Amino acid sequence: MKRILTFTMAGLVLLGCAHMGTQSTGPEADRKALVEHFKQTLPGNIKFEDYKYGALAMNPDAKSQYDEIMDFPPYSIDLDKGQKAWETPFKNGKKFSSCFPNGGKNVAGNYPYFDNASNSVVTFENAINACLKANGEEELKYAENEMGLLTAYARSLSDGMKVNVKVEGAAALAAYEKGKAYYATRNGQLNFSCKSCHVQSAGKFIRSDQLSMTIGHASHWPEFRGGTDIVTLQGRFKQCEKNVRAKPKDANSEEYNNMEYYLTYMSNGLPMQTPVFRK
Amino acid sequence: MAEAMKMRAKMEGDAADVKVLIQHPMDTGLMKDKKTDKIIPAFFINQVAATLNGKTVLEAQWGVGIATNPFIGFRVKGAKPGDKVAVNAVDNQGNKYSGEVVVA
Repeated sequence: MKRILTFTMAGLVLLGCAHMGTQSTGPEADRKALVEHFKQTLPGNIKFEDYKYGALAMNPDAKSQYDEIMDFPPYSIDLDKGQKAWETPFKNGKKFSSCFPNGGKNVAGNYPYFDNASNSVVTFENAINACLKANGEEELKYAENEMGLLTAYARSLSDGMKVNVKVEGAAALAAYEKGKAYYATRNGQLNFSCKSCHVQSAGKFIRSDQLSMTIGHASHWPEFRGGTDIVTLQGRFKQCEKNVRAKPKDANSEEYNNMEYYLTYMSNGLPMQTPVFRK
Repeated sequence: MAEAMKMRAKMEGDAADVKVLIQHPMDTGLMKDKKTDKIIPAFFINQVAATLNGKTVLEAQWGVGIATNPFIGFRVKGAKPGDKVAVNAVDNQGNKYSGEVVVA
């Protein structure tokens, strides 16, 4: 009897540990806590799917203008260039679609993922460059316009797919935690962290614009700002850091890739939509 | 240069709402190329015409005051779904641009 009791106790302790591992800490718990935080703090009742609109979800007037623009977006012609780049065969006759499962359709939502072999985060842009390298082509400059236009089209093949980033294993979790820490680290002369604006002050006005919330930040890149200027997610990280008078890191740096990993995880479950207009 | 023009037309009430994007630098002839320090010659679209099933419904004379990659939006009364709207543009160097779309 005593023995059974001991086993049961041990079992309970184990259960308790498992409970802590999956529920109260870890990426999924972080995400749920953030969803709950925004539910409490953001103005209006924003539906979860509408988080993909960012700050537009809080401003029906701006949203109606956005809908009007997206009806016939000014970047339509630029997007054709991206399509051309995606469909142009390499010198060896293969195409980009040969590097991705399902011809590149409905894959972008799985990026970034953690690659145990190289012990680093692999973003969609990294995968594009790996594809170029594997086929003997010159790699594109990360976060520049050419890459932006190409990924704008390539990611649009995954429109409607839900963001599905996975954090599996200790090394992946470490990268995620590093990204999360970077997101919360104060930086620059103005001494802001990403979190200061996009978690603590999300929904509040900064001059005439509302600060967008962390959830939904990573499901729609690259975007065309002002209708024609293409900006990639990591290009945007740089702009953000400049805004707080910090020295931006290089695109494709470990810090940014880890942060992209964290940030994209926070958008898990949201439908992808690429590219989009933002002002 | 057919791919230089993108069009969309759909019914809104009794009129077709037509939107057109044209890819064109629309150089005014007043700007200098920063690298060579030479003036970039004027190069802009100066004539635009739109037709509904071959009948002219809009004519415009443009100048240098129109921005790069111009956008035109207009409404055509009396259009029906299935009608064809075409836009033809000519620039000051005689290049022709055209596009056609079926009203949805």
